[in-house]
Amino acid sequence: MVELDTIPPFFVDKRELVDEILGRYPEYGRRSAVMPLLWEVQRAERHISEARINEIAEILDIHPTEVKGVVSFYSEYHGEPVGTYHLQVCATLSCSLAGSDQLYDHLVDELGIVNGETDHEGRFSIQKVECLGSCGTGPVLQVNDIYYERVGRSRCDSLLEALKRDEMPEAWRERGGDNEGESKAAFLRNGAGGGEGGAE
Amino acid sequence: MSDVTDTTHDASTRPITSRRDPRYEVVMYRHVGVEGAHTLDYYRSHGGYEAARKALSQMSPSQVIDEVKASKLRGRGGAGFPTGVKWSFMPPVDGRQRLLVVNADESEPGSFKDRYIMEDDPHQLIEGMIIGCYAIQATKGMVYIRGEYVKGYERLVGAIREARQAGLLGRNVLGTDVEVDITVHRGAGAYICGEETALMNSLEGLRGNPRLKPPFPAQAGVYGLPTTINNVTTMTSVVHIVSRGADWFASMGTEDSKGTKLYQVSGPVERPGVYELPMGATFRELIYDLAGGPKEPAKGFFPGGSSTPPLPWTDEYLDLPMTYDAMAKSGSMLGTGGVIVIPREKDIVSAMYNVVRFYAHESCGKCTPCREGIATWLPKMYQKLLAGLGTREDLSLIEDMVRNNRGTAFCPLADACAMPVQASFKWFRDEYEYIVDNGKPMYTKSDWWQA
Repeated sequence: MVELDTIPPFFVDKRELVDEILGRYPEYGRRSAVMPLLWEVQRAERHISEARINEIAEILDIHPTEVKGVVSFYSEYHGEPVGTYHLQVCATLSCSLAGSDQLYDHLVDELGIVNGETDHEGRFSIQKVECLGSCGTGPVLQVNDIYYERVGRSRCDSLLEALKRDEMPEAWRERGGDNEGESKAAFLRNGAGGGEGGAE
Repeated sequence: MSDVTDTTHDASTRPITSRRDPRYEVVMYRHVGVEGAHTLDYYRSHGGYEAARKALSQMSPSQVIDEVKASKLRGRGGAGFPTGVKWSFMPPVDGRQRLLVVNADESEPGSFKDRYIMEDDPHQLIEGMIIGCYAIQATKGMVYIRGEYVKGYERLVGAIREARQAGLLGRNVLGTDVEVDITVHRGAGAYICGEETALMNSLEGLRGNPRLKPPFPAQAGVYGLPTTINNVTTMTSVVHIVSRGADWFASMGTEDSKGTKLYQVSGPVERPGVYELPMGATFRELIYDLAGGPKEPAKGFFPGGSSTPPLPWTDEYLDLPMTYDAMAKSGSMLGTGGVIVIPREKDIVSAMYNVVRFYAHESCGKCTPCREGIATWLPKMYQKLLAGLGTREDLSLIEDMVRNNRGTAFCPLADACAMPVQASFKWFRDEYEYIVDNGKPMYTKSDWWQA
């Protein structure tokens, strides 16, 4: 609780933001604002500290333990600070079939940290996560908010190099099937007639 | 409507059950992936919001519900409950706030259809929500989007802002006296929040534990208010049902499964991705004709996300029509339509450990069967097998455990893990027996990473 005295309140100069968030929900549903408020803290400070839990509890007029219960339930809220670049590796089946286990091992080798750890400089952290909804474009690596899809060996290295230079590339948004746009969809529509295949 | 079930095989009235049918048109994914399709200008210049205009100006709320009932649309989130029937469960208007909640927590492994809608075509979802709100006479729509979908969240919030400014949301939607507004609520990484009662708790600012049913959401949903919860692509289906009519929708598919639906293919195939097909099309058409077939020999597939029991790679199952009924008869489920192809070289024990680990991680800990069985014992048993320390008795123990997990947990999460495990024993028992007899897996390939 010492940090209460040492760090300035987070929301004190963000009255407008707090009002906007509270305004999304009816007055009887004021408590719904707990997750968006936690997101604001998480985005700015890369973790949720005890002090912020107390602040949010006060805003919502609930007990801090209730806020803590919400924080601990969800895997995207962190009790300890994550790195400037928080690398979230999807470990679930489709990504695993596209090499995410090896991708994870490679990150461990390159960065010297494992799942759940942050390096000494606070630059990199690694988290193994479950399905990110990028199954057709795996393996997917989410860095902070950004999806990098179809991260093969060479692309993984170029991404790491960029991050080490403090450059965050634009999202690698890969596509496939009908989401490749109308021309592709039309091509598939017209071209789908011939390719009848057999088992194996 | 009687003509669509006609069995005279007249080409003009026979139901559409293949994408090769020249009458078939992609509708929900027509604009997904097109540059700039997420903007209001693009959407409106391609006929956007005309279905909402038609519903609000030419139809009564009950007529919209009747139209959706007549289309026989079934919920696209996985359970397949008839949408129009669900809507009619809402109690009579009594002055209380009524809510339409869209479940955009898309977290079932193998599913990624909703993400592209929200990123690339968010106005289609908003239009569906306007129609849905009007039908159930709700003035408030809420979208629960999973926390990782930041791009989708930003696109959706931007689109809602555009729609408000254009008078498509707010007090007088499209110049009528209908009021609809939409709030987007971000999750923060929890599969269980896709279960509708857990989702409601999460929306209310609580831990995402499931609630007991009944009461059902229509009786006492979010904040105890009458609530209807629908999947993203249920809402986008409604746009086209209103626009083109229930007869058009019902002209596709089979007696129990009507309309057009989004499927996803992942795993080692030539062209993984999202594909829109009429219901009743076969897995073969989806996997071979559209996705280009497997890149290496396959031995099985999850038909609709990792919670649906996997099926073996045989003609019998590849030629199954993708309908709710046919899938139930096969011993599996249609689920979200997320097909995951399992290559022969991926050892089934290792593949199923991945699936088990997922459900173990996502178990909320509320009830004993799931917390102790799925989240604690089952992954440990698989670790023992993979370490080469398993015995035949361990296989019996796993089978015994998952049998006892079936139907005994508080919510469907435990079944979602137990059923695929059971199916893996049914179809691939030889691989389980091999690993316990030999101390190593039948298939040893472990490096799947591409250059």
